[in-house]
Amino acid sequence: MADDMKTPFEYPFDMPSEEAVAMTDGAVSERPAGVPSSYDEGGSISWTPESISEIHALSRLGRYQIRGFNTFNKRFPTFDDLTFVPATMTRLPLEGYRESCDSKTVLGGGSGLVEKPLELDIPIYIASMSFGALSANAKAALGYGASKVGSMTCTGEGGMLEDERRASQTLVYQMTPSRYMLDLEHLRMADALELIVGQGAKPGTGGLLLGMKVSERVAGMRSLPLGVDQRSTVRHPDFLGADDMQVKIEELREATDYQVPIFVKMGATRPRFDVAIAAKAGVDVIVVDGAEGGTGASPELLLNHTGIPTISSIRAAREALDDCGMSGKVSLVAAGGIRSGTDAAKCLALGADAVMIGTGALIALGCNSPRYFDDYAALGTAPGKCHHCHTGLCPVGVTTQEPELEARVDVPAAAERVARYLTALTMEITLLAKACGKSSVHNLEVEDLRALSMEVSAFTGVKMAGIDRVFSW
Amino acid sequence: MSEAIVSVGDRPIREVNKEIKAALANGDSVVVRDTRSRHNIGIGLPEGARLRVEGSAGYYCGGLNDGAYIEVERNVGWSVGEAMASGDIIVNGYAGMSVGSAMRGGLIHVKGDTGPRCGIAMKGGDIIVEGKIGYLSGFMSHAGRIIALGGAAGACADSLWGGEVWVAGPIESLGVDTKVVEPTAEEVASVEELLIGRGLGDNSRDWQKIISAQRLWHFESRDASAWLMI
Repeated sequence: MADDMKTPFEYPFDMPSEEAVAMTDGAVSERPAGVPSSYDEGGSISWTPESISEIHALSRLGRYQIRGFNTFNKRFPTFDDLTFVPATMTRLPLEGYRESCDSKTVLGGGSGLVEKPLELDIPIYIASMSFGALSANAKAALGYGASKVGSMTCTGEGGMLEDERRASQTLVYQMTPSRYMLDLEHLRMADALELIVGQGAKPGTGGLLLGMKVSERVAGMRSLPLGVDQRSTVRHPDFLGADDMQVKIEELREATDYQVPIFVKMGATRPRFDVAIAAKAGVDVIVVDGAEGGTGASPELLLNHTGIPTISSIRAAREALDDCGMSGKVSLVAAGGIRSGTDAAKCLALGADAVMIGTGALIALGCNSPRYFDDYAALGTAPGKCHHCHTGLCPVGVTTQEPELEARVDVPAAAERVARYLTALTMEITLLAKACGKSSVHNLEVEDLRALSMEVSAFTGVKMAGIDRVFSW
Repeated sequence: MSEAIVSVGDRPIREVNKEIKAALANGDSVVVRDTRSRHNIGIGLPEGARLRVEGSAGYYCGGLNDGAYIEVERNVGWSVGEAMASGDIIVNGYAGMSVGSAMRGGLIHVKGDTGPRCGIAMKGGDIIVEGKIGYLSGFMSHAGRIIALGGAAGACADSLWGGEVWVAGPIESLGVDTKVVEPTAEEVASVEELLIGRGLGDNSRDWQKIISAQRLWHFESRDASAWLMI
């Protein structure tokens, strides 16, 4: 006790024992009074159990952690931060259970340059995911499922797989910086070409496929040594900036005789500027992949700490196209963390012409389904939380090159699940569109949405629920 | 075979290439004139096509070549013969950046020097450069041969997956993960044979053959369990 606290006062009773002051009577020794919960729980905002174990991991591994799936950064907003405000007195709804709502989606028809724009029956297609990251069975099942509902798939980085070309009625051929198995014949068999300048999961960094997945077939298609840890380039070999890309796009149009649309896919970082520049470079379709976008493998820090949320990228991209007078001439596709038709409808309302579904479609194939529990356990995980795509040991055969695991994707059944999933998503979109009084899903607009938080209002330019004003946009 | 003349001028390149393809389909060999160093001349031409470009060409000349013989009288810009599958491209002058980027087969022969990144992401075929190859040539190439008779600039053969860079003459610096190995007599004979076919035979060259040191092929572990989050 400090000296200045000394007083001449004396109790009219004896000093209590220290045990009595510590309230030990009736207490158990494991739970003494006066010990704050932080003794058990911690509470540092910097040194959380997660950050402590991360340091232990880094100090053991001497490298960054690598994993698949998507961001675990809990500070990202979700689509759930937006709500629809359907027609009431100011607008007239359509009959949600009866009236029709057009979901037909045309991509790449706006410039008038392309002989065969893509005509999809639904505003959703399967995201670019490579054979290599995915098994051949998974690629085929996605292709058949998408074809059944008039949608399309995209080859991803690993070249054009025969199984997928057979399965997909409409197929986008992706040209990544690494240009694995770039084939003029495949180029001419494609229904569209996509130049990738980045992806939402790891913008600014090239593809990654660990050696466990670089099988003989994958290595052959990519002309890589068998089993190498493939870390791909991020810059294209034959152009650098946007002005050069414009010449590249002309080359691709010459190679395909102006038949098919040219896409460019980018990670969402500065979409307001990046989208304007891509539009100027002369592409037909711009895919903006938000930071929630998935991947087969990535340094974990890039998943968690790069890029901007999908919902914020769409408004910026749409405003960029509006400002340049390119809306209607260039199509805008949104991607990244879209789980449901509700999420997709919100993307359309924010300004997307179509959406791209990756992880959701893999889950429809069987990703994280409650089967083969022992194989999940061997990876140290369980159904519902597996994110071990990078190991090539996918317990359900979706993201593997091991034949016995791949066989767990029953192609016809998985294709049918994908078709039903896409159908359900479309029904969800049209239900919301009709409630908002729209006879086409493409008539959904920002006015149909309200934000549930000031933060998301500011991120998206959507009016705050209740006050009907945009919060500092 | 008769010779058709296509004049480029300031016409849309689509029209020019259409005319080139029509003449080639007619069985003619084509001479391209008044090129003004335009980009995208002669894209995706088929086997049997013969194209002679008078003057210089811009970017992607002979890009995605599928078997054509293309000769450029003077210089080319970036990415001549990019992604070509087969065929033969001769550049009598200098070439800009990214000669034969991602090419899969065939031969590109540059008589002058090249800009940086010659043979970047190459998947097969041969590039012969009579002059010097620029900075970072052969970057992340997978397969094929880059043969430089007049030396190489810095970071030569950086990060090769596979493939070979052959240099006669000085190398300013090697790129990461490279090693210079002594070529076997058979390998030298194979390269010399290719060069003799181009009128460049010379047994006295002192070759440095550069290949991947394979240290960047892998992270430190080949075991899947090492990749589980700990």
